[in-house]
Amino acid sequence: MIDRARVRAFLALCLARLREGYREPEVLFWAFVFPVLLSGALAVAFRDRPPDPSRALVVKGPGTARLLAALREAPLVRAEAAGEEEAAGALRMGRADVVVSAPADPGSPVEYRLDPTRPEAGVARARVDDALQRAAGRRDPLASREVALREPGGRYVDFLVPGLVGMNLMSAGMWGVGFALVDMRIKKLLKRLLATPMRPADFMLAQMTTRVLSTFLEVGTLLGFAWLALDVPVRGSVAAVFAIALLGAMTFAGLGLAVGCRAQKIETVSGLMNLVMMPMFVASGVFFSVERFPTAVQGGLRLLPLTALNDALRAVILEGSDVVSQWPRLLVLAAWGSVSFALGLRFFRWS
Amino acid sequence: MNPPGGGAAVAVRDLRKSYGHVEAVRGISFEIGTGECFGLLGPNGAGKTTTVEVLEGLLPATAGEVAVLGRRWGEDDHEIRERLGVCLQQTVLPEKLEVGETVSLFRALYREGRDPGEVVGEVGLQEKTRARVGTLSGGQKQRLAVACALVGDPELLFLDEPTTGLDPQSRRQVWDIVKGFKERGRTVVLTTHYMDEAERLCDRIAVVDHGRVIAGGTPRELIRSLGGDHVIEIAVEEGGAGGLRPEELSGLPSVRAVHAEAGHLVLTVAEPHVAIAPLLERVAHLGFALASLATRHASLEDVFVSLTGRHLRDD
Repeated sequence: MIDRARVRAFLALCLARLREGYREPEVLFWAFVFPVLLSGALAVAFRDRPPDPSRALVVKGPGTARLLAALREAPLVRAEAAGEEEAAGALRMGRADVVVSAPADPGSPVEYRLDPTRPEAGVARARVDDALQRAAGRRDPLASREVALREPGGRYVDFLVPGLVGMNLMSAGMWGVGFALVDMRIKKLLKRLLATPMRPADFMLAQMTTRVLSTFLEVGTLLGFAWLALDVPVRGSVAAVFAIALLGAMTFAGLGLAVGCRAQKIETVSGLMNLVMMPMFVASGVFFSVERFPTAVQGGLRLLPLTALNDALRAVILEGSDVVSQWPRLLVLAAWGSVSFALGLRFFRWS
Repeated sequence: MNPPGGGAAVAVRDLRKSYGHVEAVRGISFEIGTGECFGLLGPNGAGKTTTVEVLEGLLPATAGEVAVLGRRWGEDDHEIRERLGVCLQQTVLPEKLEVGETVSLFRALYREGRDPGEVVGEVGLQEKTRARVGTLSGGQKQRLAVACALVGDPELLFLDEPTTGLDPQSRRQVWDIVKGFKERGRTVVLTTHYMDEAERLCDRIAVVDHGRVIAGGTPRELIRSLGGDHVIEIAVEEGGAGGLRPEELSGLPSVRAVHAEAGHLVLTVAEPHVAIAPLLERVAHLGFALASLATRHASLEDVFVSLTGRHLRDD
């Protein structure tokens, strides 16, 4: 049988929490305005540009003029002549991608000097070599053509938006629950509530519920902005996106509860929050893909809750996957959420 | 086993509470009858708040027995809480909520209770119903805290230092609220280090110092225990070797006790009109010139001083 008094208490706790939230300008800013501003700013910073040309220096010498003439014909190569010393310095300082030396006599090879660990150096060598080979009379045995892809879905901003959704779910969940609990503990409000007939479980559930309700608004705002203003597509179902976001919100609310379960100072909880969140800001694929990290650590990074959330969101938003196909990631999230929630409740301090 | 105290609203037997090696409460016992206003009077750090928080079920006792409304904590806590009203020492209620919303929130946490609007009116905040808590003055915040304690229509109300830090007018307003609650036959437990508050509100008082009850009774009984209802304070002009000593004034008619305080002597006296003439004679005879003489009714402060040699508030 439903206990009506208990439901009323639960709803009153939720209502109080929501009122506190939407009357706090900072909360509104971080939850709604900041992610929109950030995605807008990053979309401008990483807007589509023509590819950078490769910078080649040709060492001054007998064959320089011929090489320069050939390279100036080539697309995407900017070539200049330079003395030996100057060219070596430019290469060291990264002002040139490749240094080209003409052969000393007609039979010797052209020499390319470059740092092979820099990706743009390899590209420059290929472009320069291609131009010189063609100028020397090479004919390509295989015909080819290029189709440029510019459609939405493959741009940096498309990669970014799901990551920002994940990041927002993380910080809002952790601050919204962990910080709020510590604040209420410091103000003795937790103790005061404990002195009423309120059920502690109802209180925790109200914290979680209000967090999850705000999630709909936050995720909706950011995705709506990205869709309208930045043309970011949502290829999978919106319901799937929200289902994953809800699980993410609950996971991070659980982590927030765990982080804030004992702290008695704002400084303590802020430090702990940053300790938990900072590594994930960097390594969980918010701003760049986890694949940039060495293969050896990628497996570990994929077990972080934010990585799992971002990967699942990207799969649905960018690739149109369904929820079921994301089960390993959702399992990672659920594991983090339930373990941290259980620990947080176990060690919770009311005063 | 039956909880101690039978029909008492609160019964405490040999309560002890330690924090690590620090013993905050060292064996306190008392009983509070239904409809009584019971005061724990003592200086800061005496163990009053610890005692009350054990009674409120917020702290576990280290040893001893506690029964509240005939029940024990740890058995049916939820049922006890439905019948308690609690006003902690310094709770910061959510600043962004309105007064009415705050009282309604607390009302919703109780199965049964009073109309929030009526309670807001009772504590004199009806005009502030729509005001944010953050905009209230200290006295208004305290009355709101009391309203939150009253809205569950408790049988037993705990007030921990309800008027500390408030201006005289706000204190009187809080006192009137407590008196109104008492008049409806409900029980109040109050801690304070203000003797006037204890004298005005409490039917019975336990004087607490260093975690123990050092005296108990009605305010009248406690004052009578001094041996006289009146106090004469005298000071003499500077000069003479070491000034006037307390023992030089003992044995005078109607004088029950004499002790020295900073700059003056305090005499506990049964009948001032009998004591004053021989006192003046004695002072003159000893060769001192009188600088001041004042008489007043003895207070609980005098009781505390006579028991401990210290004042309730050493500030």
